[in-house]
Amino acid sequence: METYIFVVLAVLAIGSALGMILVKDTISSALLLVINLVTLSGVYLLLQAQFLALIQILVYAGAIMVLFLFVIMLLNVDHEESLFEKFRIKYLAAFLLGSVVLAQILYSIGGVTDMLPEISPDMEQVGTVEALGDVLYTDYLFAFEMTAILLTAAVVGALLIAQFKVKKSGDVK
Amino acid sequence: MIGIDWYLALSAILFTIGIVGVLIRRNAIVIFMCIEMMLNSVNLALVSFSAYHGDVTGQILVFFSLSVAAAEAVVGLAIIIAIFRNNLSVDITKVNLLRW
Repeated sequence: METYIFVVLAVLAIGSALGMILVKDTISSALLLVINLVTLSGVYLLLQAQFLALIQILVYAGAIMVLFLFVIMLLNVDHEESLFEKFRIKYLAAFLLGSVVLAQILYSIGGVTDMLPEISPDMEQVGTVEALGDVLYTDYLFAFEMTAILLTAAVVGALLIAQFKVKKSGDVK
Repeated sequence: MIGIDWYLALSAILFTIGIVGVLIRRNAIVIFMCIEMMLNSVNLALVSFSAYHGDVTGQILVFFSLSVAAAEAVVGLAIIIAIFRNNLSVDITKVNLLRW
């Protein structure tokens, strides 16, 4: 049963990822990425990481993708000409490079495949909010506070960059 | 029960699709979404290792990488908006001021 669920989720994830890089429309691309993120959250549930599955939907598929859609609709640009309407050597090189990278990673995974451990039986206690929060607020407290500072700096920096008034080269006083 | 190598293979395939997307697309927003997908595939590898070791540290690392990805998305989209204001396009082939 678990194998079937994994196969369905993996096919959905790979299909939506391929669609995302091949489709012409930017908004469809963003929505396909949402599908990809939600299926990955399903894979996290299969791995019994319940808290991360929830956070994945809340933060990635919710907050970050809404930000992306806002920017796409704000800029309203959709005149990238279709891919593959004329053959470019660049595409061939990109696919060749991609297949080389994939072959390398899969080869290195295949080399250690019999040494990898079985799924741990105490995983059901590890992925919960209690277990994660327990470690997060004791051992990793400093990194957690640094994350807060990082997020604040990111918000302030984004406001500064996005509000920056760009002067035309003619009207410099 | 499926082995950990299937999860790692899925993660590798998604990462490769992200690389190809970054290489072939010219819209800066789509390139940015491909980078988010690559970050996600690495997160998947971390979560699967964490699950198979029964160790919570991998999931903590995913938590931090998620917040860094959120910060990166905010700043990157602000930069894209600034570029768009400057030359009314998000086509990266037209952003060539610093290109050799």
